[in-house]
Amino acid sequence: MSEGMEEGGSIKKFMYMNRKAPYGTIYALEALEVVLIGAAFDQDVSLAFLDDGVFQLTKDQDTKGIGMKNFSPAFKALGDYDVTKLYVEKESLEERGLTADDLMDLVYEDEDDDWAEKPSIRLVSRDELKAVLADQDVIMSF
Amino acid sequence: MSILHTVNKSPFQKNDLASCLSHASDADAVLMIEDGVYGAIKGTKAAAQISAAGATVFVLGVDLAARGISEDKIADGVSVVGYDGFVKLAAEHNAVNSWL
Amino acid sequence: MKFGVVVNEGPYTHQASDSAYQFTKEALAQGHEVIRVFFYHDGVNNGTRLTVPPGDDRHIQNNWSQLAKEHNLDMVVCIAAAQRRGILDENEAKRQGKDADNIADGFRISGLGQLIEAGIQADRLVTFGD
Repeated sequence: MSEGMEEGGSIKKFMYMNRKAPYGTIYALEALEVVLIGAAFDQDVSLAFLDDGVFQLTKDQDTKGIGMKNFSPAFKALGDYDVTKLYVEKESLEERGLTADDLMDLVYEDEDDDWAEKPSIRLVSRDELKAVLADQDVIMSF
Repeated sequence: MSILHTVNKSPFQKNDLASCLSHASDADAVLMIEDGVYGAIKGTKAAAQISAAGATVFVLGVDLAARGISEDKIADGVSVVGYDGFVKLAAEHNAVNSWL
Repeated sequence: MKFGVVVNEGPYTHQASDSAYQFTKEALAQGHEVIRVFFYHDGVNNGTRLTVPPGDDRHIQNNWSQLAKEHNLDMVVCIAAAQRRGILDENEAKRQGKDADNIADGFRISGLGQLIEAGIQADRLVTFGD
């Protein structure tokens, strides 16, 4: 059972799996739309970025030349929706020649800590991510 | 807590099976469906990854049959189930993770 | 047990909709409840009544409509994904000034909140896609 069970309704641990790169297919964009809508439901939300999903978070995305909308700025709004746990797998970055410096700077304001600005991206190892996944109630895949 | 993972891509074209196996806990189950069933063929790299993994591995028999892969080609340690088994596995575990 | 089922691919190109249908049928046969089938991404294309597959092939959309009728299934097509791909019910067609609608029997168009709600209310959410 999840820890967040409360009277009058249960809070579930929702994990959004992001394993696909943006633009080549619509999955990453439509997954983000679900996360933004889902934020209104007051669940315990986490996002995992692994495999090609890490490419969704690169900075300096510029889609002018392909005629598609650059949706990467929407990730910066997640903190305002209380979506503050973005697990990014280190091994997936390394396998793709990326480091954390290649990713957008994503932050949230922690209401429990005098609104201090904190990083939303949590770099985790594959084993750490495995433990996070094992603890979820609902896993959304796109 | 344990999870049923499903994999529906051939391991000869995509990394989903390998990624799934490396993120599955020992208490978990992995079920190969659709083109994922090609991962069950013995003597392949995928079969070696399966036998090295801690999770229990299943394959959907009707998807194997549709693809002409007979059960004598299936790697040791992989159990064949039907849709009845698929539903039971989903019910027995706490969550389902589809490796799309 | 309560199941929620998600279909993320359209009919015929990908096996996902067929697999989801077989899974849903079996779950119902085992006495489980399927509280919602949610169609997202190209999965919304399962909800058009205008498909005409050859007579010797399965009719995926009719199969879903039939199953919904038999078991009072709640089949929801995501409105945002549907609008992008031209799946409309009568109200939406009117609202968007289009000259026709194409939603099939048993399907209804609604928001993404229905997917989150299925995740909250179902004991298990099972996703079929690419």
